[in-house]
Amino acid sequence: MAVNRMFRTCPSTGLVYHEAAEKLIRWNAVAGVVALLFGGILALLVTATRWQAIHLLPPDWFYLVLTAHGLNMLVFWIIFFEIAVLYFAASVLLKCRLATPRWAWAGFWLMILGALMNNVAVFRGDSSVMFTSYAPMGAHPAFYLGLILFAVGALIACFVFFGTLVVGRNEKTYNGSVPLVTFGAVTAAIIAVFTIASGAIILIPTFLWSVGLVDHIDSLMYRTVWWAFGHSSQQINVAAHVSVWYAIAAIVFGAKPMSEKVSRTAFLLYICFLQLASAHHLLADPGLTSNWKIFNTSYAMYLAVLASMVHGLTVPGAIEVAQREKGFNSGLFEWLRKAPWSNPAFSSMFISLIGFGFLGGISGVMMGTEQLNLIIHNTIYVPGHFHATVVIGTTLAFMGLTYFLIPTLFRREVMFPAMAKWQPYLFGLGMCGFSLFMMGAGTLGVPRRHWDISFAGNALGHEFPGTAWLMMALMGIFGLAAIVGGAMYLINTVGSVFFGKKIETPGFVHVKAKDGAAPPWQPVAVAITGHGPSIGTAGFVAPGTFLLAMVFLISFVLYYFVNWKYLSTVWPLS
Amino acid sequence: MSAISSPASRVWWKQPLDRVEGMWIAIAFVWCMVMFFMMPYWHVVGKQNLSNEAYRTTPEAFTAKTQAMVDKFKVREETDLKVPVVRPPAGSDVYLIARLWQWWPMLELEEGKTYRLHLASMDWLHGFSLQPENINIEVHPNYEHVITLTPTKAGTYSIICNEYCGINHHTMASRLYVVKGN
Ligand code: HEM
Ligand SMILES: [Cu+2]
Ligand SMILES: [Cu+2]
Repeated sequence: MAVNRMFRTCPSTGLVYHEAAEKLIRWNAVAGVVALLFGGILALLVTATRWQAIHLLPPDWFYLVLTAHGLNMLVFWIIFFEIAVLYFAASVLLKCRLATPRWAWAGFWLMILGALMNNVAVFRGDSSVMFTSYAPMGAHPAFYLGLILFAVGALIACFVFFGTLVVGRNEKTYNGSVPLVTFGAVTAAIIAVFTIASGAIILIPTFLWSVGLVDHIDSLMYRTVWWAFGHSSQQINVAAHVSVWYAIAAIVFGAKPMSEKVSRTAFLLYICFLQLASAHHLLADPGLTSNWKIFNTSYAMYLAVLASMVHGLTVPGAIEVAQREKGFNSGLFEWLRKAPWSNPAFSSMFISLIGFGFLGGISGVMMGTEQLNLIIHNTIYVPGHFHATVVIGTTLAFMGLTYFLIPTLFRREVMFPAMAKWQPYLFGLGMCGFSLFMMGAGTLGVPRRHWDISFAGNALGHEFPGTAWLMMALMGIFGLAAIVGGAMYLINTVGSVFFGKKIETPGFVHVKAKDGAAPPWQPVAVAITGHGPSIGTAGFVAPGTFLLAMVFLISFVLYYFVNWKYLSTVWPLS
Repeated sequence: MSAISSPASRVWWKQPLDRVEGMWIAIAFVWCMVMFFMMPYWHVVGKQNLSNEAYRTTPEAFTAKTQAMVDKFKVREETDLKVPVVRPPAGSDVYLIARLWQWWPMLELEEGKTYRLHLASMDWLHGFSLQPENINIEVHPNYEHVITLTPTKAGTYSIICNEYCGINHHTMASRLYVVKGN
């Protein structure tokens, strides 16, 4: 079959879409949003149960729905959307045709099949094992098989992505190096391949065990390998949403990275330092030595932490430089005050950045410290932490990107612009409160994945302090606010994509690749320079960002040592 | 050139650092090192470190040891389920079984004395969560984890399960008594 070389140029953004890639990006994004919708309904049920004043579901349904919520959100929503981001970063940003669209469709349908199969297994009722499915607790074979099929589909998508990079290089559709956002996507895809390999190592034997072909799965081995998969998959999310931050900064402000070298090296650190990041999920487990734990959490973690701290500076730094160059150069924060706060792409990205750093980042590093883990392991602090990373960080960043994609990719107008304007605030701030109160309750010992912290009818139940109850109620209230914010996103996205006003382009045509190919390679000036001294203060081009970074550092240091202080008061143990 | 188009130069790694970035990287790196050194440092001077002592075991072997302790040191029974309360001598080895959906037996320890607590699960994973102290340890089947601990204050503590262990996970709770020595 002839290779499809038809492209269109978006009149409003100048982006170039390959016909086949465009369709795949749309379908993957839509599949993700459907998973988000489903997971969101489940979030409502879970939240209304953990908020014990309502205590909505009975226990069997609670554990079932919690399992499904975790999977549909963390796995299906995020990964479908990430595949859309990968195709976008390769095909659209490189103005390049997507390699092997048929394989891409095969991957897509496998992912759909896997997601459906897994959901059916969960809703049959015999697979309420949580998304972690720790052996020797077992689920229906279809549960594992669904996940395996989904992973194979995602792996195919990664290879289509790599293939597209090769096509772009061979057909010379871009000049020089790939853009930073594509570079970030490459790191995400490389990590994804490693992740899926670990997933295969653990899920395939577990599947065989569930059908009786393997007779024993060691619980510690399971947790070690499972988290090599589970944690690295979070590193994919970070690489992906950091790329989205850079992309939104570029789209909204025309921001250019402060230095390509720094940003790209930081992405490379993600790849180099994650191999045994599973360690920080096993800090409270027997049978592993402290040396192993310290070595693996820190070499594998702190340089990745360094990388995130670098991105946390360079993304707003790039925005600050762009704004100052536009003339918002007075004082420390004029650039930020004059930012387009009513543009949902920007506000989502900025709340995502701040929430991810301050709430998700700091709490994550605290929990990942060998000894400190003792005082939070498996408490509701843990979901508090990861809702800050994966919801405020990843999900909100993806939401921001959607507002940009609706007009350019789907060629529709956003249906309810006023709603779009407020949505990131309600969702983002709701989620910040939700995460914070979960962390607070966790510090008081409230367990995660627990149906009834009142231990009703249990002669030996524990009585949690009133503050813990208050925190859980506040968690419920902020959670509901976030759910309303999520619903606003869904209504707007689904409404716009399917029923929004079409943006008609007079004289619209798809053109052959030759016409849309990159301009010939232009040799650039030999001297490579930084930014001119004309902006910023005291030789700092982005003093405002630097100040924000210092505020972040101080919060980090204080919070970190407060927890050591707290640890020093608990029973001595060795 | 913005982040969504190719960098102006192929040799992006030659672009100089901005001062802001350079300083931040240096500061952040120092901080990462501080955090790294805190962990070994706490092993030397800190009093709360999770034990590395663990052995392979089986449910039968572990039950036998626990039963022996119960037979020797039982002081009373509690609740309708007649859960034995044991008061082993200070400094001794004490055993705690985690199983669906119970901690067994109940321990009565003496304030300020040190015990070697052995933890193991009979079936799935469970989570030893001591409240309100908030010490949390994963309990695995077939691994016997030995933790040396010293209760510092008399009182009635709770042990709840905080690793999801099936439909009655939320009912898995027990007590730990800490009493003043005589
Ligand atoms: C408004 C949005 C959301 C609300 C109110 C919400 C609420 C909750 C609640 C109450 C829990 C239960 C915590 C527990 O009992 O241990 C939970 C668990 C979880 N949520 Fe969400 N959630 C939301 C969105 C998301 C999103 C977008 C993701 C992923 C991208 C996500 C991923 C998870 C995961 C992985 C779990 C853990 C499940 C488990 O422990 O097995 N949530 N969520
Ligand atoms: Cu349990
Ligand atoms: Cu449990």
